[in-house]
Amino acid sequence: MTEKILARASEKPQLSPGENIWINVDTLMTHDVFGPGSIGIFKREFGENAKVWDREKVVIIPDHYIFTTDERANRNVDILRDFCLEQNIKYFYDIKDLSDFKVNPDYKGVCHVALAQEGHCRPGEVLLGTDSHTCTAGAFGQFATGIGNTDAGFVLGTGKLLLKVPPTLLFVMDGEMPDYLLVKDLILQIIGEISVSGATYKSMEFVGTTVESLNMEERMTLCNMVVEAGGKNGVVSADSTTFKYLEDKTSVPYEPVYSDEQARFLSEYRFDISKLEPLVAKPHSPDNRALARECKDVKIDRVFIGYCTGGKTEDFMAAAKVFLNSDKKVKVPTFLVPAAQKSWMDLFSIPVPGSGGKTCSQIFEEAGCDTPANPSCSACMGRPKDTYARMNKPMVCLSTANRNFPGRMGHKEGQIYLASPYTAAAPALTGYVTDPREFLH
Amino acid sequence: MKTLVCLINCRLEIFAVHFDVDVAFCTRYRTVTFPTSRCCLDAWAMKLWAKPNVRFEYPKPPLHSSTTHHQNPWLPRAAAPRPTRLRHSLTAESTNATTFHGICYVVGDNIDTDQIIPAEYLTLVPSNPAEYEKLGSYALIGLPASYETRFIEPNEMKTKYSIVIGGDNFGCGSSREHAPVALGAAGVAAVVAESYARIFFRNSVATGEIYPLESEVRICEECKTGDVVTIELAESRLINHTTGKEYKLKPIGDAGPVIEAGGIFAYARKTGMIPSQSC
Repeated sequence: MTEKILARASEKPQLSPGENIWINVDTLMTHDVFGPGSIGIFKREFGENAKVWDREKVVIIPDHYIFTTDERANRNVDILRDFCLEQNIKYFYDIKDLSDFKVNPDYKGVCHVALAQEGHCRPGEVLLGTDSHTCTAGAFGQFATGIGNTDAGFVLGTGKLLLKVPPTLLFVMDGEMPDYLLVKDLILQIIGEISVSGATYKSMEFVGTTVESLNMEERMTLCNMVVEAGGKNGVVSADSTTFKYLEDKTSVPYEPVYSDEQARFLSEYRFDISKLEPLVAKPHSPDNRALARECKDVKIDRVFIGYCTGGKTEDFMAAAKVFLNSDKKVKVPTFLVPAAQKSWMDLFSIPVPGSGGKTCSQIFEEAGCDTPANPSCSACMGRPKDTYARMNKPMVCLSTANRNFPGRMGHKEGQIYLASPYTAAAPALTGYVTDPREFLH
Repeated sequence: MKTLVCLINCRLEIFAVHFDVDVAFCTRYRTVTFPTSRCCLDAWAMKLWAKPNVRFEYPKPPLHSSTTHHQNPWLPRAAAPRPTRLRHSLTAESTNATTFHGICYVVGDNIDTDQIIPAEYLTLVPSNPAEYEKLGSYALIGLPASYETRFIEPNEMKTKYSIVIGGDNFGCGSSREHAPVALGAAGVAAVVAESYARIFFRNSVATGEIYPLESEVRICEECKTGDVVTIELAESRLINHTTGKEYKLKPIGDAGPVIEAGGIFAYARKTGMIPSQSC
């Protein structure tokens, strides 16, 4: 599928892996951390008065270092704003009042979730972003990958980029998803199987009955961590689930692309989902896979449920289910960081099935979790030192985020375990890494 | 003349421009030649000046005091000579003649970009010259305590290790271009790793900050921090003077034309994809 999307984007009839081609970009995304650098390069190379190639195809989403007093971080958002005004950028999800994100009508939250919710992800298109997790958008059957400032500066001016066509690895997942597993477990299984460099320079294509049964947020979680295996991009075929999701979000016409019957893949991996068990990724690598039940002696100090990988509405509903079933209070500080405005609002409005009408936020409050924070990237990447819930001293943390390399959340000696929302909520109740099946049956 | 004002560190170029002569700068370990015509040098110098992330340093004259790290009297006591390298307007001739020489810093596998430049420093914008320098001072500060030798001494802005030797999957993790930029700003000329993560490699090539070279074998297990090494690009080899061993490097591959042109913008101009900048 990747080869066909890139062929269309480069106006060639067909491509093979290994070819270097210039492609037309449909959407370029940048945020507050890498935006200013990209803008600086754009102006340096194309001139102070240069105009972007298409003011409607650039999407600028401040989300990383937002709720902080750090002057440079706030200056960077100002740089974005000035650029958007000067270039008349159509899609700029601005934030000015840091004391209350809700009074900012345009602010959306984490870029990858916002891109999807605002209808910028469309099947068959090419989306590039200055963030490694741009691959999340592959969930929509498009080619989406991360690039750096210099490449982004180039795209800003030309709308094109030089890319090498990747070979594709096929991941076939069949079987009904057991009720104690979430998509995070699937991707941790895959990364544990092929290692953090197993998919370097390759495309990861996900097929099978399990994949077809996933909703869009789940597919996004799957593609989000493609880069953790070194993958260039991940794709899931667009189908009725995709089209339904996009119905009320975009009116831009799109044309999905599908792999041919005789498509060639570099390797094929098959998984029988019904046999899998809840997993964690131990410090300090996303491929350090272990069964959750085998880590039950690991004492934890904190739990984070949130971020682009685990902070969407579905993820919070899953965590709430665990708390509801146990009816107990958390034993360790539990931080909740919704990925987007919409996720935050859903926490406070959508009733959790089987709870008698309670919302996620009520269930979390009763369990003793921290109040849901402002939507942003927060402590996932240990930003400025005053970031909410940053790890400022060594501790053991369980997180629904996507990386656990040394120092990722702030302190170099901190230990981060990655897990699904189920496998993050259960340990919050016990104080130790716990298999969520203890609370789900 | 603007050229004279800009290149304040490089008296030899000033001499060359003023007297319109060839300059071939040879030391025991490297030979770099400069464009000969005055117009060419002006244009080249203007380009260097216009790009805040291009710096140019001559090695300090060799000192005779020995150091604790290496016995070679040609290497100065203070910051290691930043190997002379032309960026963004290399001619084919000078690329082929480029060698890198210095002491190496050895790291292991899966060095992710959070270790190369932790997130808290990402508010520094690389295209801003003052912040570019500051970024360099934080390069590899994220390495865990198991790395006993620091990459950059406290209170220093530059490293004395101009070559980094790594293992598998160097530069994995976040797409931050600050990673190769920080290494380049700190004084690294080249990285030799067993393999690279995709975005880091792209960023290194696009910016021209560091040469991302690949080794045939796990050099990281045979070299130690502080070893004196030379990289000869034309011969695709690395020589470890401390151990006396030589290693083959892999050819640069498809990124070659982009690196030789001087980065993605120069390549695009050369191939006619975007119009040339006026001198």
